[in-house]
Amino acid sequence: MQVKEFKPLIVAFCCNWCSYAGADLAGNNRLNYPAEVKIIRVPCSCRVNPMFILRAFQRGADGVILCGCHPGDCHYTSGNYYTRRRMAMLFSMLDFLGIERERTRVEWVSAAEGAKFSAVMTDFAATVKALGENKRLEDLRCKK
Amino acid sequence: MNKSYLQEDLLRMSGVNPRKCMQCGKCSATCPAYDEMEYHPHQFVSMVKNGDIEPLMKSQSLYRCLTCFACVERCPRSVEPAKLVEAVRLAVIRQQGANRMTANDIPALLDEDTPQQLLVSAFRKYTK
Amino acid sequence: MQRIGVFVCWCGSNIAGTVDVKAVAEALKAEPGVVFSTDYQYMCSQAGQDMIKESVREHKLTGIVICSCSPRMHEATFRKTAAAAGLNPYMVEIANIREQCSWVHKEMPIGTEKAIILGKAAVAKVNLNTPLTPGESPVTKRALVIGGGIAGIQTALDIADAGFPVDIVEKKPTIGGKMAQLDKTFPTLDCAACILTPKMVDVAQHEKIRIFSYSEVSEVKGFVGNFDVTIKKHARYVKEDVCTGCGACVEKCPMKKVPNEFNLGMDNRPAIYIPFAQAVPKVATIDPNACNMLKNGKCGLCARVCTAGAIDYKQQDEYIQEKYGAIVVATGFNPISMDKFDEFAYNQSKDVITSLEFERLTNAAGPTAGKLLRPSDGKHPHTIVFVQCVGSRCDSCAQKGKEYCSKICCMYTAKHAMLTRDKYPDTEVYVFYIDVRTPGKSFDEFYRRAVEEYDVHYIKGMVGKVTPQGDKLKVQASDLLSNKQLHIDADLVVLAAAIEPDKSARPLATMLTASMDTNDFFTEAHPKLRPVESPTAGVFLSGTCQGPKDIPETVSQAGAAASKVIGLLAKDKLKGNPCVAHSNEQMCNGCSSCERVCPYGAITYEDKEFRMPDRTTAIRRVAAVNPAVCQGCGACTVACPSGAMDLRGFMNEQIMAEVDAICK
Repeated sequence: MQVKEFKPLIVAFCCNWCSYAGADLAGNNRLNYPAEVKIIRVPCSCRVNPMFILRAFQRGADGVILCGCHPGDCHYTSGNYYTRRRMAMLFSMLDFLGIERERTRVEWVSAAEGAKFSAVMTDFAATVKALGENKRLEDLRCKK
Repeated sequence: MNKSYLQEDLLRMSGVNPRKCMQCGKCSATCPAYDEMEYHPHQFVSMVKNGDIEPLMKSQSLYRCLTCFACVERCPRSVEPAKLVEAVRLAVIRQQGANRMTANDIPALLDEDTPQQLLVSAFRKYTK
Repeated sequence: MQRIGVFVCWCGSNIAGTVDVKAVAEALKAEPGVVFSTDYQYMCSQAGQDMIKESVREHKLTGIVICSCSPRMHEATFRKTAAAAGLNPYMVEIANIREQCSWVHKEMPIGTEKAIILGKAAVAKVNLNTPLTPGESPVTKRALVIGGGIAGIQTALDIADAGFPVDIVEKKPTIGGKMAQLDKTFPTLDCAACILTPKMVDVAQHEKIRIFSYSEVSEVKGFVGNFDVTIKKHARYVKEDVCTGCGACVEKCPMKKVPNEFNLGMDNRPAIYIPFAQAVPKVATIDPNACNMLKNGKCGLCARVCTAGAIDYKQQDEYIQEKYGAIVVATGFNPISMDKFDEFAYNQSKDVITSLEFERLTNAAGPTAGKLLRPSDGKHPHTIVFVQCVGSRCDSCAQKGKEYCSKICCMYTAKHAMLTRDKYPDTEVYVFYIDVRTPGKSFDEFYRRAVEEYDVHYIKGMVGKVTPQGDKLKVQASDLLSNKQLHIDADLVVLAAAIEPDKSARPLATMLTASMDTNDFFTEAHPKLRPVESPTAGVFLSGTCQGPKDIPETVSQAGAAASKVIGLLAKDKLKGNPCVAHSNEQMCNGCSSCERVCPYGAITYEDKEFRMPDRTTAIRRVAAVNPAVCQGCGACTVACPSGAMDLRGFMNEQIMAEVDAICK
């Protein structure tokens, strides 16, 4: 029997002004990163409700990464500061739940950092792949 | 540049970050012992930053510093040169005290009247 | 149920090279709501767009998904296409299968699989899209400029010349600001008054400009295009429209010992005063803290000598309400206080002065009529020491000065040194510097002239302390290049004090909900691309309130701010971004969490009447978002504990649907 290679499912939330543009730049420069990363565009990283991240885990995502502008560069002046605090709270909750810390990540990627975007995604995908499938938070009832 | 062990030690002892220095020379301008010194406060900072510490340790400038802290008070970048001078002094003292006793010396010192604890603390004290 | 059309673009071989576009179109056909799916070589081309329009009509589509390049590239294009086909433009979603798929993945099966998933996410989102219409708000065609220095003056003139009325609010009795106090300006050495005062006159005579001098902004409400501002006009006890500025009262006032702030306290003025000869408005002002008549009712001399009858001891502060479409902040700067720098003996000796004081000392209209004389004994100084970077470039831990470089000091010190040597060649001039920073047109040449032609002694090093001794100032300094400690007996020491934003800026920023940095400089909307706009819509920045600047930079920024204001005021209606937050009043519990996180002050609370289940009515406090102010960041949506706040175009449901589609 052939064992199918594990391909993690990764959801990336990218803010419209920096990280999404950074992802576009990675594309323009043809900088590869794993196809397991699927990007959802949000206006600002502070639009990402921790609920969305839990929802992704519940639906079977193996990793969730949240990218925003660098602190101080937020298009909306202070949005990413809120993100930083909210995610700190979420991480401590995930710790409490026993979800591996490495499955969630916050990264600051500017619109000029295509190379960084690709590097971050490659690294994150490898980390999540090493962790294996997300079993703790996945709700099997959601799987048909 | 590789940080030498000595340099790291100095920075740790003093808590000074010489990279903050912008070489304005206000420390040297304010120093009352300036004319007595071979190396002046701002040179102390830059020499430690560059890892050029041996000449400082040999210099008499170390003992000309009055530790008046005028340089610490006036430094616009909070570099605190006086603390660095003090750290170099300490480094000199530590080196002077290096290994006056080796483990091989101990058996000869053992006798019934000397408490062993004394030898243990002497060993600690005189060994770097 | 939506009727969605999916259009997969080949982008030549850009997408079709690594993504099997036919398979993508086929796979998406099965998604809920999709009634039509196709692919085409160049969707953004005229033919492609025509095809989209045709399909909308033919299949009665209510939503469109375009699998193509980044929405940052062609979202606007396809929204226009949808609008042309009679669809709401916000019913279009784009799946980015070029930048984020075909260009970064090399293998066809992988690219195709990912493109399908991205397409599914977009379909899931469109299923929940609702038509959005941008809100419209009218624009009051009048601008407010806060601050009447060169920045405010230039901005006001530029806006007024374009035909829009402008009001200037200045807290001092006259406009002119810091530039009016200067003697000459670097690097051309024009006389500041000669170039500034004609502009001040232009302002006074411009039919579109009103000046509220001796006034402050006390309240700001509203939003871009519709600001409601209350201006507090301090009582100056002189009727502005009656006073002719003849100055008879100023001459006769018996209370002549009030420190003159225009000359930085280096001489005295009467209790009733006109700051300087070219003041605009040229109207006297009574200082209520010095005037005997106002303090204890004894005197009244000025009223007797005033032939125009302009004096009014009973005048009260006046509040003026006005509507504005745009607000320009031009609050300017001040030199920092020297109190924390004891080593320079500023408070011990009158002969240690700041550069601005030096400026007054050399100004022909200054306390010494332009003769360089020591403030202590009126003698000519023969040795002058200039100290640079006093309070600039300090470490934050030192708690004494500012972390930034004040930018203008190197140049004005070179100017002072050069002018001194030019006028008084018998004077020795020393300049102690850490670095000489002269980036600017003709700046370095200017500095080199000071050194080479005028023989100013530039010494790399810092002054450590200044000790007054007899009539001399003992200056102890280091000369780093020759490795010496210097001792100079100086007659005058001039400190290049750091500059800081005016103290009125912080409360003003709070009123305007404009953001500031830790140094109280206003933050610009984008440090490179939007340098004269505040992140708060309708608020613009001019001059040093945004960061240290010299006069040419200030004037160019002032012009830039004016052009932005003109662009705004030229519109009759403002179209907003429809992707804004809105609150569900039924769910809102009025907790104010959203109000606190909103960076724009877009959320207010109102008491509303609600029908309760038992048919009674109750009044509840609920959040209301002003769509003209909201920029759509979504910070409030996450802060809302009851889930009442949502963001149009990026609704919780929509993002969750995308997550689900990706994870399926």
